[in-house]
Amino acid sequence: MSLKKYLGPLSSDNPILVQTLGVCSALAVTAQLKPALVMALSVTVVCAFSNLIISLIRNTIPPRIRIIVQLLIVSFWVILVDQVLQAYVYEISKLLSVFVGLIITNCIIMGRLEAFALSHKPWPSFMDGLMNGLGYGLVLIVVAFFRELLGSGTLWNIPVVPHAWYEAGYLNNGLMILPPMALILVGTIIWIKNSKTRRAK
Amino acid sequence: MREIVDIFVRSVFIDNMVFAYFLGMCSYLAVSKNVKTAAGLGFAVCFVLAVTVPINYLIDKYLLQPGALSWLGRGFANVDLSYLSLVVFIAVIAGIVQLLEMVMERHLPALYAALGIFLPLIAVNCAILGGSLFMQERNFPTVIHSFSYAIGSGIGWLLAIVAFAAIRERLKYSKIPEPLQGNGIAYIITGLLGMGFMAFLGI
Repeated sequence: MSLKKYLGPLSSDNPILVQTLGVCSALAVTAQLKPALVMALSVTVVCAFSNLIISLIRNTIPPRIRIIVQLLIVSFWVILVDQVLQAYVYEISKLLSVFVGLIITNCIIMGRLEAFALSHKPWPSFMDGLMNGLGYGLVLIVVAFFRELLGSGTLWNIPVVPHAWYEAGYLNNGLMILPPMALILVGTIIWIKNSKTRRAK
Repeated sequence: MREIVDIFVRSVFIDNMVFAYFLGMCSYLAVSKNVKTAAGLGFAVCFVLAVTVPINYLIDKYLLQPGALSWLGRGFANVDLSYLSLVVFIAVIAGIVQLLEMVMERHLPALYAALGIFLPLIAVNCAILGGSLFMQERNFPTVIHSFSYAIGSGIGWLLAIVAFAAIRERLKYSKIPEPLQGNGIAYIITGLLGMGFMAFLGI
């Protein structure tokens, strides 16, 4: 199978922008780049591997209890990720607080399990999970980039706005750090994306 | 007593599930096309939160927290099962939702007709699991505090989705730039509503 088939989630079929899945956690963690990147990686790992496992056992799951089985497998991976984060990047895992746990109910993962992994072979499922995770991560990082740059004048905690600007009267936009601006930014990204794809047609 | 009312008001307005933490956004955006269904889902979320959060509180307090098992004997005082909390919480939620659905179908057909279709949606609603996880993080002293928190968050969520659905109904008659229609404008409205809610920060 060609690689191109898997690239949909990165642009035209993006889980956040087009399918409105997994928005819940996407916005809460994007005030800075670092937690956004960690979150994106965690979701990608969980999504790819739970897709793989569900796909491996897809013929043995009784359809009536499949939701519970899926939830258990996803929460197994999330606990694993959570423990790893607590062990190696404790600061960030404190910052992400409950949102790591909330990966379990991230609709992207459940959505991919239901729509893809239950009916496809392991390898394509793994790739599908990976690509959806990356598509989610892409939006997270774009939003976090703007929020951190405009909100605190830093990127990756390194100040990038020159000091002279502040002396000339430049102020950080404190509103960018607050929750509502995340929503407005995503709205704007959708706007830009839609007007682009329409022109392409 | 005052503390309990405090927690309630805080969780309705200031720590609003939708506007401050973006929990339950997926169903919030999907099921807000008209006020009636939005209110139905809102009540269902309220209800499930009010049931699951106190139960998870008790489980957390007497089974999972570090040292929670000390009532079993001194040998258990050092047991820390908190890493299991995610999987236990989600299992409790999924189980309770299933149970509620069956009980309601049997004994409260009117309520079931109103809320029934939303119940399966709710098992995977981030707001429900989020409620339990925040409860765990905040360490409420008694189960009543956690109950008040659950009701408050539920009502906050209900308020948010009804307000949003009402705006969306009106939106049909307004002229929006074409690429912004649908999801784009929905996000921006939620953002603006959130800014409005920020005015409560002073309470």
